[in-house]
Amino acid sequence: MGLDKLLVIGAALFCCGLYTIMTRRNAVAILMGVELILNSANINFVAFSHYVSRVIGGQIFAVFVIVLAAAEAAVALAIFLRLYATTGTVEVDTADELKG
Amino acid sequence: MSGPADLIFFVLALLTVGSAILVAILPNIVYSAVALLFSFAGVAGLYVFLSADFLAATQVLVYVGGILILIMFAVFLSNRISDVKISNPTRFNWQAAFLCLVLFGVLSYTAVSTPFPVKPGIVYLPSTAEIGELLMTRYLLPFEVASVLLLASLIGAALLSRPEGQKGKAADMEEPK
Repeated sequence: MGLDKLLVIGAALFCCGLYTIMTRRNAVAILMGVELILNSANINFVAFSHYVSRVIGGQIFAVFVIVLAAAEAAVALAIFLRLYATTGTVEVDTADELKG
Repeated sequence: MSGPADLIFFVLALLTVGSAILVAILPNIVYSAVALLFSFAGVAGLYVFLSADFLAATQVLVYVGGILILIMFAVFLSNRISDVKISNPTRFNWQAAFLCLVLFGVLSYTAVSTPFPVKPGIVYLPSTAEIGELLMTRYLLPFEVASVLLLASLIGAALLSRPEGQKGKAADMEEPK
Protein backbone atom coordinates (compact mmCIF):
# COMPACT_ATOMS: atom_id res chain seq x y z
CA MET A 1 0.00 0.00 0.00
CA GLY A 2 1.04 3.52 -0.56
CA LEU A 3 0.20 6.48 -2.66
CA ASP A 4 2.46 5.56 -5.57
CA LYS A 5 1.02 2.05 -5.89
CA LEU A 6 -2.51 3.42 -6.03
CA LEU A 7 -1.49 5.99 -8.62
CA VAL A 8 0.05 3.22 -10.72
CA ILE A 9 -3.19 1.23 -10.44
CA GLY A 10 -5.10 4.31 -11.53
CA ALA A 11 -2.73 4.80 -14.47
CA ALA A 12 -3.20 1.17 -15.50
CA LEU A 13 -6.99 1.50 -15.40
CA PHE A 14 -6.76 4.72 -17.41
CA CYS A 15 -4.62 3.11 -20.09
CA CYS A 16 -6.91 0.07 -20.33
CA GLY A 17 -9.88 2.40 -20.77
CA LEU A 18 -8.01 4.42 -23.38
CA TYR A 19 -7.09 1.27 -25.30
CA THR A 20 -10.72 0.14 -25.16
CA ILE A 21 -11.93 3.48 -26.52
CA MET A 22 -9.33 3.55 -29.29
CA THR A 23 -9.77 0.00 -30.57
CA ARG A 24 -13.46 -0.83 -30.17
CA ARG A 25 -16.09 0.07 -32.72
CA ASN A 26 -19.05 -1.04 -30.62
CA ALA A 27 -20.53 1.96 -28.83
CA VAL A 28 -21.34 -0.02 -25.66
CA ALA A 29 -17.72 -1.19 -25.43
CA ILE A 30 -16.56 2.41 -25.80
CA LEU A 31 -18.86 3.33 -22.91
CA MET A 32 -17.14 0.61 -20.86
CA GLY A 33 -13.82 2.29 -21.58
CA VAL A 34 -15.18 5.63 -20.43
CA GLU A 35 -16.35 4.05 -17.17
CA LEU A 36 -12.88 2.59 -16.61
CA ILE A 37 -11.33 6.02 -17.08
CA LEU A 38 -13.79 7.60 -14.62
CA ASN A 39 -12.92 4.88 -12.10
CA SER A 40 -9.22 5.59 -12.46
CA ALA A 41 -9.82 9.28 -11.79
CA ASN A 42 -11.86 8.34 -8.73
CA ILE A 43 -9.05 6.20 -7.38
CA ASN A 44 -6.68 9.13 -7.70
CA PHE A 45 -9.08 11.52 -5.95
CA VAL A 46 -9.61 9.19 -3.01
CA ALA A 47 -5.95 8.24 -2.77
CA PHE A 48 -4.81 11.86 -2.63
CA SER A 49 -7.49 12.75 -0.10
CA HIS A 50 -6.43 9.81 2.07
CA TYR A 51 -2.66 10.18 1.91
CA VAL A 52 -1.93 13.84 1.23
CA SER A 53 -4.69 16.22 2.22
CA ARG A 54 -6.52 14.32 4.99
CA VAL A 55 -9.62 16.29 4.05
CA ILE A 56 -12.68 14.38 2.94
CA GLY A 57 -13.34 16.63 -0.05
CA GLY A 58 -11.71 14.15 -2.41
CA GLN A 59 -14.27 11.53 -1.48
CA ILE A 60 -17.11 13.99 -2.08
CA PHE A 61 -15.64 14.76 -5.49
CA ALA A 62 -15.60 11.03 -6.19
CA VAL A 63 -19.28 10.79 -5.18
CA PHE A 64 -20.13 13.50 -7.71
CA VAL A 65 -18.10 11.71 -10.36
CA ILE A 66 -20.14 8.55 -9.70
CA VAL A 67 -23.38 10.54 -10.03
CA LEU A 68 -22.22 12.01 -13.33
CA ALA A 69 -21.16 8.58 -14.57
CA ALA A 70 -24.59 7.17 -13.79
CA ALA A 71 -26.38 10.01 -15.59
CA GLU A 72 -24.02 9.74 -18.54
CA ALA A 73 -24.50 5.98 -18.80
CA ALA A 74 -28.30 6.32 -18.79
CA VAL A 75 -28.35 8.95 -21.54
CA ALA A 76 -25.66 7.22 -23.60
CA LEU A 77 -27.48 3.89 -23.52
CA ALA A 78 -30.74 5.58 -24.53
CA ILE A 79 -28.88 7.08 -27.49
CA PHE A 80 -27.40 3.67 -28.38
CA LEU A 81 -30.80 2.01 -28.36
CA ARG A 82 -32.13 4.78 -30.57
CA LEU A 83 -29.16 4.32 -32.89
CA TYR A 84 -29.80 0.59 -33.01
CA ALA A 85 -33.46 1.15 -33.83
CA THR A 86 -32.50 3.57 -36.60
CA THR A 87 -29.49 1.92 -38.24
CA GLY A 88 -29.61 -1.66 -36.98
CA THR A 89 -26.14 -1.51 -35.49
CA VAL A 90 -24.32 0.22 -32.65
CA GLU A 91 -20.97 0.54 -34.38
CA VAL A 92 -19.82 4.10 -34.11
CA ASP A 93 -18.26 4.39 -37.56
CA THR A 94 -21.56 3.62 -39.26
CA ALA A 95 -23.33 6.45 -37.45
CA ASP A 96 -22.11 9.25 -39.68
CA GLU A 97 -25.41 10.82 -40.66
CA LEU A 98 -26.77 13.78 -38.80
CA LYS A 99 -30.23 13.44 -40.29
CA GLY A 100 -31.27 10.31 -42.06
CA MET B 1 0.87 -2.29 7.88
CA SER B 2 2.08 -5.62 6.58
CA GLY B 3 1.17 -9.26 6.28
CA PRO B 4 -2.39 -10.17 5.36
CA ALA B 5 -3.44 -6.60 4.60
CA ASP B 6 -0.69 -6.26 2.02
CA LEU B 7 -1.66 -9.58 0.52
CA ILE B 8 -5.32 -8.56 0.24
CA PHE B 9 -4.31 -5.24 -1.28
CA PHE B 10 -2.13 -7.04 -3.83
CA VAL B 11 -4.96 -9.42 -4.74
CA LEU B 12 -7.40 -6.52 -5.11
CA ALA B 13 -5.01 -4.55 -7.28
CA LEU B 14 -4.39 -7.62 -9.43
CA LEU B 15 -8.16 -8.19 -9.75
CA THR B 16 -8.80 -4.59 -10.72
CA VAL B 17 -6.02 -4.20 -13.27
CA GLY B 18 -6.29 -7.73 -14.67
CA SER B 19 -10.02 -7.38 -15.23
CA ALA B 20 -9.50 -3.98 -16.84
CA ILE B 21 -6.99 -5.53 -19.25
CA LEU B 22 -9.51 -8.28 -20.02
CA VAL B 23 -12.15 -5.61 -20.72
CA ALA B 24 -9.76 -4.09 -23.24
CA ILE B 25 -8.73 -7.26 -25.07
CA LEU B 26 -11.54 -9.84 -24.81
CA PRO B 27 -13.21 -10.37 -28.18
CA ASN B 28 -16.76 -11.00 -26.94
CA ILE B 29 -18.51 -7.97 -25.51
CA VAL B 30 -20.46 -10.02 -22.96
CA TYR B 31 -17.20 -11.30 -21.51
CA SER B 32 -15.96 -7.72 -21.43
CA ALA B 33 -19.01 -6.68 -19.41
CA VAL B 34 -18.43 -9.48 -16.88
CA ALA B 35 -14.75 -8.52 -16.59
CA LEU B 36 -15.87 -4.93 -16.01
CA LEU B 37 -17.94 -6.21 -13.07
CA PHE B 38 -14.83 -7.65 -11.42
CA SER B 39 -12.87 -4.50 -12.11
CA PHE B 40 -15.52 -2.35 -10.41
CA ALA B 41 -15.65 -4.74 -7.46
CA GLY B 42 -11.87 -4.52 -7.11
CA VAL B 43 -12.04 -0.72 -7.11
CA ALA B 44 -14.64 -0.93 -4.33
CA GLY B 45 -12.20 -3.05 -2.35
CA LEU B 46 -9.44 -0.50 -2.92
CA TYR B 47 -11.74 2.21 -1.54
CA VAL B 48 -11.98 0.23 1.70
CA PHE B 49 -8.20 0.40 1.97
CA LEU B 50 -8.41 4.17 1.55
CA SER B 51 -10.86 4.50 4.48
CA ALA B 52 -13.66 5.45 2.10
CA ASP B 53 -16.35 3.12 3.39
CA PHE B 54 -19.29 5.13 2.06
CA LEU B 55 -17.66 5.35 -1.34
CA ALA B 56 -17.05 1.60 -1.42
CA ALA B 57 -20.73 0.92 -0.74
CA THR B 58 -21.74 3.52 -3.33
CA GLN B 59 -19.41 1.96 -5.87
CA VAL B 60 -21.01 -1.45 -5.37
CA LEU B 61 -24.54 -0.05 -5.46
CA VAL B 62 -24.24 2.35 -8.37
CA TYR B 63 -21.58 0.81 -10.59
CA VAL B 64 -22.06 -2.91 -10.03
CA GLY B 65 -25.79 -2.72 -9.37
CA GLY B 66 -26.77 0.06 -11.73
CA ILE B 67 -24.41 0.95 -14.53
CA LEU B 68 -23.32 -2.60 -15.23
CA ILE B 69 -26.94 -3.77 -15.42
CA LEU B 70 -27.62 -0.92 -17.85
CA ILE B 71 -24.63 -1.93 -19.97
CA MET B 72 -25.78 -5.56 -19.95
CA PHE B 73 -29.24 -4.43 -21.06
CA ALA B 74 -27.73 -2.44 -23.90
CA VAL B 75 -25.55 -5.38 -24.94
CA PHE B 76 -28.46 -7.79 -25.00
CA LEU B 77 -30.84 -5.37 -26.69
CA SER B 78 -28.49 -4.18 -29.39
CA ASN B 79 -26.42 -7.16 -30.47
CA ARG B 80 -26.69 -10.55 -31.96
CA ILE B 81 -24.84 -12.15 -29.08
CA SER B 82 -23.84 -15.39 -30.74
CA ASP B 83 -22.24 -13.58 -33.63
CA VAL B 84 -18.97 -12.31 -32.20
CA LYS B 85 -17.79 -10.96 -35.53
CA ILE B 86 -20.76 -8.65 -35.75
CA SER B 87 -21.05 -7.74 -32.09
CA ASN B 88 -17.43 -6.80 -31.56
CA PRO B 89 -14.88 -7.09 -34.31
CA THR B 90 -11.59 -6.86 -32.48
CA ARG B 91 -8.09 -7.28 -33.67
CA PHE B 92 -5.05 -6.41 -31.68
CA ASN B 93 -4.12 -2.87 -32.54
CA TRP B 94 -0.35 -2.39 -32.25
CA GLN B 95 -0.39 1.38 -32.52
CA ALA B 96 -3.00 1.79 -29.78
CA ALA B 97 -1.27 -0.75 -27.54
CA PHE B 98 2.09 0.97 -28.02
CA LEU B 99 0.59 4.39 -27.28
CA CYS B 100 -1.16 3.12 -24.15
CA LEU B 101 1.97 1.34 -22.88
CA VAL B 102 4.07 4.47 -23.39
CA LEU B 103 1.45 6.56 -21.61
CA PHE B 104 1.31 4.04 -18.77
CA GLY B 105 5.09 4.18 -18.45
CA VAL B 106 5.12 7.97 -18.31
CA LEU B 107 2.27 8.13 -15.79
CA SER B 108 3.76 5.43 -13.56
CA TYR B 109 7.22 7.01 -13.66
CA THR B 110 5.69 10.36 -12.71
CA ALA B 111 3.67 8.79 -9.89
CA VAL B 112 6.66 6.92 -8.45
CA SER B 113 9.32 9.57 -8.86
CA THR B 114 7.37 12.60 -7.63
CA PRO B 115 7.86 13.24 -3.89
CA PHE B 116 4.28 13.84 -2.80
CA PRO B 117 3.88 15.43 0.65
CA VAL B 118 2.38 12.32 2.23
CA LYS B 119 1.29 12.85 5.80
CA PRO B 120 2.78 10.27 8.16
CA GLY B 121 0.56 7.85 10.01
CA ILE B 122 -2.55 6.50 8.37
CA VAL B 123 -5.88 6.94 10.10
CA TYR B 124 -8.99 4.95 9.37
CA LEU B 125 -12.12 6.83 10.35
CA PRO B 126 -15.76 6.31 9.36
CA SER B 127 -16.52 8.83 6.63
CA THR B 128 -20.26 8.55 6.04
CA ALA B 129 -21.40 11.05 8.67
CA GLU B 130 -18.84 13.61 7.60
CA ILE B 131 -19.76 13.24 3.91
CA GLY B 132 -23.44 13.72 4.74
CA GLU B 133 -22.71 16.79 6.83
CA LEU B 134 -20.51 18.36 4.16
CA LEU B 135 -23.07 17.63 1.43
CA MET B 136 -25.66 19.55 3.40
CA THR B 137 -23.42 22.50 4.30
CA ARG B 138 -20.35 23.26 2.22
CA TYR B 139 -21.22 21.28 -0.90
CA LEU B 140 -24.94 22.06 -0.91
CA LEU B 141 -24.93 23.86 -4.27
CA PRO B 142 -23.17 21.03 -6.17
CA PHE B 143 -25.52 18.59 -4.46
CA GLU B 144 -28.61 20.43 -5.71
CA VAL B 145 -27.11 20.89 -9.17
CA ALA B 146 -26.43 17.15 -9.28
CA SER B 147 -30.05 16.43 -8.40
CA VAL B 148 -31.27 18.72 -11.20
CA LEU B 149 -28.83 17.01 -13.57
CA LEU B 150 -30.15 13.58 -12.58
CA LEU B 151 -33.71 14.72 -13.22
CA ALA B 152 -32.75 16.15 -16.60
CA SER B 153 -30.89 13.01 -17.65
CA LEU B 154 -33.80 10.86 -16.48
CA ILE B 155 -36.26 12.83 -18.63
CA GLY B 156 -33.81 12.91 -21.51
CA ALA B 157 -33.22 9.17 -21.42
CA ALA B 158 -36.95 8.46 -21.28
CA LEU B 159 -37.57 10.83 -24.18
CA LEU B 160 -34.75 9.42 -26.29
CA SER B 161 -35.60 5.78 -25.81
CA ARG B 162 -39.26 6.27 -26.67
CA PRO B 163 -40.13 4.77 -30.05
CA GLU B 164 -40.75 7.03 -33.02
CA GLY B 165 -44.29 8.31 -33.58
CA GLN B 166 -45.31 7.93 -29.97
CA LYS B 167 -45.81 11.65 -29.67
CA GLY B 168 -48.65 11.76 -32.18
CA LYS B 169 -50.28 8.78 -30.54
CA ALA B 170 -50.24 10.44 -27.14
CA ALA B 171 -51.76 13.59 -28.67
CA ASP B 172 -54.49 11.48 -30.27
CA MET B 173 -55.38 9.92 -26.98
CA GLU B 174 -56.01 13.27 -25.40
CA GLU B 175 -58.88 14.20 -27.70
CA PRO B 176 -61.37 11.34 -27.93
CA LYS B 177 -63.33 10.90 -31.13
